Amino acid sequence: MSKQIMSGNEAVARGCYEAGVHFAAAYPGTPSTEILENIGGLYKEEIYSEWAPNEKVAAEAALGASIGGMRAICTFKHVGMNVAADPIFTAGYCGVNAGLVYVTADDPACHSSQNEQDNRLYAPHAKLAMVEPSDSQECKDFIKKAYEISEQFDIPVLFRMTTRVCHSKSVVELGERSEVPVKKYERRPEKYSMLPVNARKRHVIREALLQDLEEYAYTSELNRVEKVEGTDTGVITSGISYQYVKDVFGDSVSVLKMGLTHPLSRRLLQEFASGYKHLIVVEEGEPYLENALKILGFTNVTGKDKLTIQGEFNTRVVRDSLLGKQEVFSYQVEGVQAPPRPPVLCAGCPHRGFYYALSRQSDKFVSSGDIGCYALAVNPPLNGFDTCICMGAGFSSLVGLSRALKAQGDTRKAIGELGDSTFFHSGLTSLIDIVASQTNAVAVILDNSITAMTGHQENPGTVRNLMGYESPAISIEALVRALGIDDDHLRIFDPIDQEAAKEALEAAYQAEGPFVIITKRPCALIKEVARANAGKHVQIDPDKCVGCKQCMKVACPSLAFDSEAKKAYVADTANCNQCGLCLQQCKFGAIGKAGE
Amino acid sequence: MTKSIILVGVGGQGTITTSSILARGLIAGGKDVKMSEIHGMSQRGGTVVTQVKYGEKVYSPIIGEGEADLIVSFEKVEALRALPYLKEGGTVVTDIREIFPMPVLTGAAAYPGDAIEQMQKSVPNVIVVRAAELAQQLGNVKAQNIVLLGALVKQLGLMEIDWRSIIRDSFPEKLVDLNLKAFEAGTSME
Repeated sequence: MSKQIMSGNEAVARGCYEAGVHFAAAYPGTPSTEILENIGGLYKEEIYSEWAPNEKVAAEAALGASIGGMRAICTFKHVGMNVAADPIFTAGYCGVNAGLVYVTADDPACHSSQNEQDNRLYAPHAKLAMVEPSDSQECKDFIKKAYEISEQFDIPVLFRMTTRVCHSKSVVELGERSEVPVKKYERRPEKYSMLPVNARKRHVIREALLQDLEEYAYTSELNRVEKVEGTDTGVITSGISYQYVKDVFGDSVSVLKMGLTHPLSRRLLQEFASGYKHLIVVEEGEPYLENALKILGFTNVTGKDKLTIQGEFNTRVVRDSLLGKQEVFSYQVEGVQAPPRPPVLCAGCPHRGFYYALSRQSDKFVSSGDIGCYALAVNPPLNGFDTCICMGAGFSSLVGLSRALKAQGDTRKAIGELGDSTFFHSGLTSLIDIVASQTNAVAVILDNSITAMTGHQENPGTVRNLMGYESPAISIEALVRALGIDDDHLRIFDPIDQEAAKEALEAAYQAEGPFVIITKRPCALIKEVARANAGKHVQIDPDKCVGCKQCMKVACPSLAFDSEAKKAYVADTANCNQCGLCLQQCKFGAIGKAGE
Repeated sequence: MTKSIILVGVGGQGTITTSSILARGLIAGGKDVKMSEIHGMSQRGGTVVTQVKYGEKVYSPIIGEGEADLIVSFEKVEALRALPYLKEGGTVVTDIREIFPMPVLTGAAAYPGDAIEQMQKSVPNVIVVRAAELAQQLGNVKAQNIVLLGALVKQLGLMEIDWRSIIRDSFPEKLVDLNLKAFEAGTSME
């Protein structure tokens, strides 16, 4: 078969195809997103796939498919697994009918996340099997193996990846799809209805099956010993860390590379570890393998005493930590420094319009943000919000925050913002609490008609779905009105329109009780939007520009200020889409439209 | 021996596309290849870094500081930012294109227009290219990345690989001609 260079995510998608998977569900989340994107794009004839509103829904949908008889996959980023934890813990008791794999994509170093949690710890906690690949070929091969394990041991498999496994590309040899027929569904309430009487029995069965699986792990090809004669050092590792171990030590030490990491074969660990004077455990994040070794009574173990628990490894981190710090050669360039280049809201981004309007009335509000592109508005000069915790918290936190502000005599009003996809994810239930508790706060839904930050995925509000088919486009406004929000407590407008935004924020501040704002303007990067605006941009007449810098306050990356000439100018006409936000700032009529 | 290449630019400049084409070509040339990229939040107008390693057998997909044989920069100051990754005796290929980051646009930071000249004082191998300008002359500034690909494969002595057919397979029909010309321009620069 042919060889291709694939990211780990592409290889997982390919592995699902080859393994005869029929059902896939996920909520987008970096670094996991491309798994479902690839399944939806490349294999939609064979695999039904969908973006679920959130990870819990996705995990339950996949569990339903498995119970019904289809091999199923559900993917999430590490924090997404927290959302899905409820069904997953009980799925551990139920087991499966057809194979079921949950993919967790962890993000050591927080490349695109709010924390560095190590989801390997979920596997023993939720009583799942766990498989960890080290490169793209293993992503594909191990996924296929994971379905065998899932069905043989009646257990959901946690497939644990990290950013560098997900987003690194390496060579993969492709195989054919094996058609796995959909298994017959049978009613089995003793297995799938987890009332206490059944759950107690399933727990016993689960523990027994985990013991069987541990026996299997002893000989599983997913674990591999690379034995070197004449060394007194044995290294135990898994996942991406294996690659750094090979770079640092080459063939000078023996390596136990673990691919099936729950349940850990204690016999295998014991046998390997007994053969060496020095044991080194190389693993990012928590001391998961190290603790297992220590529980077995080994004390000659180097691990987290030298290798950091924070951030991610690379070859140098592993080498410096274990073999002593080496001086790194570096060219020194005197007198110049690269200015910082933080990510910013794009030119023409609708969120800029809302947050700019909010910044003009910042004395009236305490603002709480959420997860999405709009999180970038926290930076100066917009200073858009004070908190950003997790999906939905932008709304739910207002219920407590507004009461705490009132209790200390703070007259500012609590306001929270989240996007359309986040609203469907968990903002809706949060808004229900705001209404049910009659919280005096403002809930803002920044509807840009797409899940933008993760790279433009469809959501329940879009007219198409993951597989490219038409979908009903659920109305956010109808949902909000169904909660009892009336015209006096609702404003819907284009966030670039600063008059409308100003009026809405003033009305929101004056109003009593729950107030909802829906801003509607599609993301500037949506293909159709970009095409419609192609060539359009603004221009600044240098004769009219007085250098007041008012237009610079909107923080648009297309605008620049020439500090010698003391004039603003359009630095990037290609990305300006003539949204008109800067135009509304200029009192001198210096900014005009061009290129139409 | 493993070779390590870092490609740096600003979101939207096509560094990831270039790295993918480079990787596909290297595989066609019989090498083991790993490529690493970070996307997500860092894409929105921030610095984009991709890394490509190739050789007989490649383990880690990541290049550490002081380990890169070659840095290819799509933007002037990004070359400066990536410099700690260059190994002793390594080469920098950089476009002279300037893209101002937000702190420069707002006047909070200065843009060192003389970054390349300053770099040349201490780094022996700095090759300056006008890839964006050349691409513009060919009809589309977006082909800057393929001009740089040409410069890069020439620098690495990888001309025996059939890059033209790789490029043909990497773009839709209507963009093939432009990109072939861009590649040509890149390889024929001094």
